[in-house]
Amino acid sequence: MIALPALARTDMIGALFQLQMAPNQQEPTLVWFTVFTIVKMLIVFTVLLVGVALLTLAERKVSAWIQDRHGPNRVGGKGGWLQPAADGLKNIMKEETYPGAAYKPLFILAPILAFVPALLTFAVIPFASPLPTPRGLVAMSVADLPIGFLYILALTSLGVYGIVLAGWSSNNKYSLLGGLRSSAQMVSYEIAMGLSTVAVLLVAGNVSLSRIIYQQATTVWNFFGLTIAFFLFLVAAFAETNRLPFDLPEAESELIAGYHTEYSAMKFSMFFIAEYSNMVTASALLVTLFFGGWDIPFTLWDNQAPWTGLKTLLTLIVFVAKLLFFLFFFMWVRWTLPRFRYDQLMSLGWKFMLPLALAYIVIIAGALLWLDWLGIRPGGMWGLLMGALNVTLAAIVFVMLDQGKLLSPASSRVRREEIARLRRMSVPSAIAPESGD
Amino acid sequence: MAIQVKVLARPVAQVSYVNAMLSGMALTFKHLFREKVTVQYPEQKWDISPRWRGTHRMLTDEKGKAKCVACGLCPQICPANCIKLVPGEDEEGNRYPLIFEIDEFRCIFCGYCQEVCPEEAIHLGVHYENAEYSRAGFVYDLERLMAQTHPVCEMWDPADPKGE
Repeated sequence: MIALPALARTDMIGALFQLQMAPNQQEPTLVWFTVFTIVKMLIVFTVLLVGVALLTLAERKVSAWIQDRHGPNRVGGKGGWLQPAADGLKNIMKEETYPGAAYKPLFILAPILAFVPALLTFAVIPFASPLPTPRGLVAMSVADLPIGFLYILALTSLGVYGIVLAGWSSNNKYSLLGGLRSSAQMVSYEIAMGLSTVAVLLVAGNVSLSRIIYQQATTVWNFFGLTIAFFLFLVAAFAETNRLPFDLPEAESELIAGYHTEYSAMKFSMFFIAEYSNMVTASALLVTLFFGGWDIPFTLWDNQAPWTGLKTLLTLIVFVAKLLFFLFFFMWVRWTLPRFRYDQLMSLGWKFMLPLALAYIVIIAGALLWLDWLGIRPGGMWGLLMGALNVTLAAIVFVMLDQGKLLSPASSRVRREEIARLRRMSVPSAIAPESGD
Repeated sequence: MAIQVKVLARPVAQVSYVNAMLSGMALTFKHLFREKVTVQYPEQKWDISPRWRGTHRMLTDEKGKAKCVACGLCPQICPANCIKLVPGEDEEGNRYPLIFEIDEFRCIFCGYCQEVCPEEAIHLGVHYENAEYSRAGFVYDLERLMAQTHPVCEMWDPADPKGE
């Protein structure tokens, strides 16, 4: 590993490797490590799938409430708790249809390709503080990879294959259009997503998610320190998960159902599971990168050894609460903002978010370098200066850059000459009916 | 033909997407806790107007016979031609319908039959749950029309006959 900053000596990983601790605070042996990992895999997989099923219910409930309706309330009592089970049963019992012109191998493979990366990405997200067991300390993420964030960037870009292949193999023009849109959209927003997090990685000095959480716990959550990075990441996350206002690959009103037009039964619901798993992962990433992950706010008690079961439980609850907030936020936004037009989507991604993310990296990197050069170490003064910088930048972006602009083109004013030019292009009678036809 | 594009001048200086988005989010959040407007249909039912024009009823006299005298006015006035009437006469010379059928699929529920009926026998009903397993089930014969129990349609409010 590259030389860690001075902070590393007292951090969590450092504490993990100090071998003078009690046996339940030490790394487990290889055999037990394997056993723990398999158990964690099974638990996380099950919880994720059940959670996704419940999310479909939650989505329908939130949609209903926002539209002053009740939502599903027939299956399993007043809350409709068994609705996901009924939906699942229905999807399994339904006929699997294969369009005659579809390319069958890819048609079958596509839902799997959409589904697997969506589940895999959750593997590196730490969801609680390490759990001490008699056989050693268990990290509460399926795989605590030192390259955690890069792994996520790599895997989320795989998800697009499922959608593009579904669109192509269906041999349907709407599906193909949906697939193409999705590929363009995902490629565009992945750049903004990756660049927006560079600031986070710069401040943390590492790409390991547990390090990023530790850095936030010991200083301040990145939401308060790197607000613009948060909003860039948030927008990109919406685009990456194909959720409204960026659901162009589905776009019911334009493309029927987009890439999954031809799918039925369980293959269709696999696309849904993929979408919701992506949503869970995106929310988990937002929580981890910007809201301190499983960190309990205002206390360092939960971030230090000795680790206890109580700490694990409490941090898990805190993590789930933050996660649920973002999942709700996804649904809330869905019922507030209408869908972008395709050119608006592209110009927002390329002409606004990409330059902004690049400029932000330069500013943050410059500020960090400058503070380092001045000899100001992370601490009170450092936090104050970074906070002041953040407030200034947020004011510039959310007040100055926001005012007086139209969405298409997303990042520039419609000038008087431009309007005049457009008017000259149109037939005179359309704008000046009094002149006669 | 060229597409005619009309470009409107927009108040660009006042546009703020952040403000618009925040006020939108606040609005949808308020709706989360609003009173729900759903009527839980099979359990709860909407109160429909007494002037509702639904499937027909044939009213009966004290003896339980249909009031219809087979005058033939209702098939005459029916714009959808959905009433089939074959008149008959008993020994005392009273006319009565041998066959009286209404095809509720053809019916446009205009209510002319009720308006024209001199005996106030045929009426539209305040009723809307008409599901059937077959198309034939929608041809209501006399027996069925007499057996209906739902309230009949008031074509006008007696207190306000002109609908003012």
